[in-house]
Amino acid sequence: MRRLARSVLAAFAVLAAGLASGQAADLSDWASVEKAARGQTVYFNAWGGARNINDYIDWAGDEVEKRYGVKLVHVKLDDTANAVAKVVAEKAAGHDGDGTIDLIWINGENFAAMKRQDLLLAPGWADKLPNWRYVDWKTKPTVLTDFTVPTDGQEAPWGMAKLVFFNDTARDAETGEMPDSFADLVDWTQAFPGRFTYPAPPDFMGSTFLKQALIESVEDPSVLQKAVVETEFDAVTAPLFAALDAMHPNLWRSGRTFPKNKEALRQLLADNEIDIAFAFSPAEASNAIASHELPDTVRSFIFSGGTLSNTHFVAIPYNAAAKEGSLVVANFLISPQAQLHKQDPKVWGDPTVLDTNALPDEYREPFDALDLGVATLKPSELGPALAEPHASWMERLEKEWTRRYGVAN
Amino acid sequence: MSLELDDISIRLQDRELISLSASIGPGEVLTVMGPSGSGKSTLLAFVAGFLDPAFTASGTVRLDGLEITNMPANLRRTAMLFQDPMLFPHMSVGENLLFAIRAGRAIPGKVEAGFPSGITKQRAGASWADRRKIAEAALDEAGLHGFFDRDPATLSGGQKARAALMRVLLSQPGALLLDEPFSKLDTDRRARVRDFVFEEARQRKLPVLLVTHDAADAQAAGGAVVTLG
Amino acid sequence: MLALAPTLAILVLAGPILIGLLATALPAFNYFPALGGSQFSLDPWRELVVMPGLWRSALISLAAGLVTAFIALTSVAAFMAGWSQTRLFRSIQHLVSPLLAVPHAATAFGLAFLLAPSGWLMRLVSPELTGFSRPPDWLIVHDTFGLTMMAGLIVKEIPFLFLIALAALPQVRPHDFAATATSLGYGRIAGFLHAVWPQLYPQLRLAVFAVIAYSSSAVDVAIILGPTNPAPLAVRLVGWMNDPDLKMRFVASAGALLQLAVTAAALLLWLSAERLAGLIHGCVRVSGRRFTREKTARAVSAGAISMAAFAVFAGLALLALWSLAGYWAFPDALPRSITAATWMHEMPVLGRPLGITVAIGLSATLIAVAITLACLEFETRTAARVKGRALMILYLPLIVPQASFVFGLQLSFLWVGLGASFGALVLAHLVFVLPYVMLSLAEPWHAADPRYARAARSMGASQNLVFWRIRAPMALAAILVAAAVGFAVSVGQYLPTLLIGAGRWPTVTTEAVALASGGDRRVIGVFAFVQMGLPFLGFVLATLVPAIAFARRRDMRAANA
Repeated sequence: MRRLARSVLAAFAVLAAGLASGQAADLSDWASVEKAARGQTVYFNAWGGARNINDYIDWAGDEVEKRYGVKLVHVKLDDTANAVAKVVAEKAAGHDGDGTIDLIWINGENFAAMKRQDLLLAPGWADKLPNWRYVDWKTKPTVLTDFTVPTDGQEAPWGMAKLVFFNDTARDAETGEMPDSFADLVDWTQAFPGRFTYPAPPDFMGSTFLKQALIESVEDPSVLQKAVVETEFDAVTAPLFAALDAMHPNLWRSGRTFPKNKEALRQLLADNEIDIAFAFSPAEASNAIASHELPDTVRSFIFSGGTLSNTHFVAIPYNAAAKEGSLVVANFLISPQAQLHKQDPKVWGDPTVLDTNALPDEYREPFDALDLGVATLKPSELGPALAEPHASWMERLEKEWTRRYGVAN
Repeated sequence: MSLELDDISIRLQDRELISLSASIGPGEVLTVMGPSGSGKSTLLAFVAGFLDPAFTASGTVRLDGLEITNMPANLRRTAMLFQDPMLFPHMSVGENLLFAIRAGRAIPGKVEAGFPSGITKQRAGASWADRRKIAEAALDEAGLHGFFDRDPATLSGGQKARAALMRVLLSQPGALLLDEPFSKLDTDRRARVRDFVFEEARQRKLPVLLVTHDAADAQAAGGAVVTLG
Repeated sequence: MLALAPTLAILVLAGPILIGLLATALPAFNYFPALGGSQFSLDPWRELVVMPGLWRSALISLAAGLVTAFIALTSVAAFMAGWSQTRLFRSIQHLVSPLLAVPHAATAFGLAFLLAPSGWLMRLVSPELTGFSRPPDWLIVHDTFGLTMMAGLIVKEIPFLFLIALAALPQVRPHDFAATATSLGYGRIAGFLHAVWPQLYPQLRLAVFAVIAYSSSAVDVAIILGPTNPAPLAVRLVGWMNDPDLKMRFVASAGALLQLAVTAAALLLWLSAERLAGLIHGCVRVSGRRFTREKTARAVSAGAISMAAFAVFAGLALLALWSLAGYWAFPDALPRSITAATWMHEMPVLGRPLGITVAIGLSATLIAVAITLACLEFETRTAARVKGRALMILYLPLIVPQASFVFGLQLSFLWVGLGASFGALVLAHLVFVLPYVMLSLAEPWHAADPRYARAARSMGASQNLVFWRIRAPMALAAILVAAAVGFAVSVGQYLPTLLIGAGRWPTVTTEAVALASGGDRRVIGVFAFVQMGLPFLGFVLATLVPAIAFARRRDMRAANA
């Protein structure tokens, strides 16, 4: 009985401490934020499926510990939604000040859902970080609007993503000319049946492919920037699904099964089961070559009309226990040093969110000098960037796709 | 020392299996005979304190005048020998005997009854070295000289039976309960082991309750015979 | 104290499951205030039933449970009937035991790479025999009806059932009965099935139920080998649970209850099939037919078991090769280069997860063994048996699909303030470890000859002394095997570790699954080996310790063999 009483007391103590730290940090006084952060442990919930990214996070952890006395722990996720679920469960149980997640790698649907459910630290903080001044929000508008949802400073940009295709040039003789648009791709699958596929939505990469196809096939792209209007959905997507209907019989396994994610897709390319794979990172192919997952004859290509582009972010849950520590880490992640290290293809190869031209010379020069890797296209070769449709399109597309193709015969 | 069974009645549901009154004097043997299923082993279980809750029993058991009917089995001092020697397979022969020797002080006045000849009560249970000596002396007495470190599995049937008896005697029992202990031995060994057991019991003036279905056992025991079933 | 043990066991096991189920059931009927569900309604169910392909998903899950259990059980029964007391039987027996330590996911990965059109078997014969310079476009892995998935489950469940059957076999004195039947002119298989199987099967029943429950709700194997359009129910409901649209959690909860119903339906169907089989068997038994032409049946049974063992071992060997491979293209039968780079890279980061895995596994196993021994000792002392319904509660975690209550359990742990602590995690593991320890230890414990203890008692030994000096040491081998099984179960836990531990307690399994999501077969190979190394070490210790402790005690060795 006495032990029970003691644990109840302890629980209250934890709760009280949580409430105390629940007060928003004063971002105008950054020195005090850094002071409060010292000694805190930040649990960074981030997808853990890539060795190079895990290594980068380890490196960042060492740096923030050295510089700010903040301990960074990478909680490796296989799906970011697990972290969202965790915050939901904590809110349900009334853990409003002592959450187990401090920082979360996020974008798109997950961000929209958390923002809608008031699960993120408010008010916005990202544009008040000291290093915000280097962020390129002028030519990279996606750092401010995540899938058309305004970030309102509730997440800080971390890196840029762009849809890039790749193929093994050693097989050029068998694969013909690579397609240059979605329509081209549909024709290509007709000429080379069974040699292309895409991850099944709602996998992130599969949905990205659908959006690329939608943007290219829709008559008036501007409707995609607004939320789906249910009565117009069928008409808007009719060309897309007509193209998919035509393409599916010519897909790998005749479209009766689909790979789970982009890693499975890449493995299929490595196993010579398909000829074209794609990823949402320009450095993907070079990284896979470096880790022996793909042969060194693989090269990247894009659609000259443009491919989908977006930004990935870090966000702080409303109930994070180490809020100041998380702010310090988020600020460090957009520092020129951290961004430079990240863009190094030997490290990660993830494109920066900063405006490199506006950086002091000491940082601009190494950015310019980076060797991006054999299979990585230069920024100038990456082609136009297509903006993400409103997040509701993705959800609606996924639903429709599952309805049409989710049950194979 | 004597074992008295007063108005013992053991039932399984509505069926009475055993109804018995008997008194066994020091060094005497009472033989209970009956076909299998007649409940003779149940009688031993009752006396030793292992009766399965499925049975109901009434009556009193007295050892040396002390009522033990409801005592825990380990305090009754009614040592049992089974059809099989039941030497603990994970211990050496010597450890089996040591297990039976009570640690610490010996129970005053009972020492001679339990210990092999030549061991005085002052030395009983004093130290490990003494306990080992006691065990070795017991082995010698049973014709098992030098068997202390042996694996029980390497002994012959007769050797096991003798070791089992010495083990039981070392626990300083007040009575011996024998559950067909000779039935698994071959004919020529059976007589020798039987004589050895009865002789040791007689020497120590232990009352013996023997359960068997072999008339030769009853004859060799020489005491009263009760037939069940 | 001892009298509390059975109650404690039931609390530890049934408590979290019932609470977890309740916390799943409420959102299934739209009640989950944190997400805006404050009124009970059937909306989640309405949304669930219109999910495309829902009934096919449920049907695949149902079929996977029944087919896996049926084929695995038949193979084991036929092999035991046709081959026991032969040299082949003994060598398979030795071969099969280590397979228990192999995680389901590793088996599945190995099998996928063995069987896929671009897999190793095809590489072995290509292009020389097949003419394929690129893999054929055949739907083998991820096939629509889940046949490959069932194959993956079967090869993993055969060793499980085989070992349970081996453990139960001595109690039914198979050789005496089978010999009697054979001397009456019955064939080997028929004699075994008539005389031994009816006594053996009741001992296996619970294990079979566990196989049905697991196979009808497996997530990891289904993701690696199972159909995708649509996927089996459990995979889909985990997907809904993880959907960014938080409203989907209501649907997922309803799906979790549907999963429970599917597993229950599979069990009920099996029970009726048992009846039917009993009737048919009864007719055949009195028909007097001797079934002496059994060559084919024997060959098939040996083939089935050997193939299962081969598939797992070959799959593992290939994963081992992958962990050392450089670039490895189709149709090369071997990688173009060999490198230790993957191992060198992963080793340093393995330390912490390894330590946590061992700490959690040992804690949960120790507690489980202590509770189990206390329960069994209590039974022995009071001559009472935990029977019927009480026993079913003990084995609840084996039969209730994890996916149907773990999410609810996470929520309830948070409610009582047990979030993400080491203790909470050990408790969560205990729920799954305890029944397996109980299952492994109860039979050998009950089978012990009570006369040893009676002999000791009659020589003046107290109950406690008898426990520590006689009952426990004599059961040492069984206790250690049960502990090894418990440890293996703990190491293999994924969903509970992830959800209850909030990722703060990474184990080799959570790391393995996270890395496996990156799809690099080299990393998967490394982690599969680490993941199976720990349980394997446990089994080795469980074999070695009694062998060394009782090196000079022949009857102890005979009892263990």
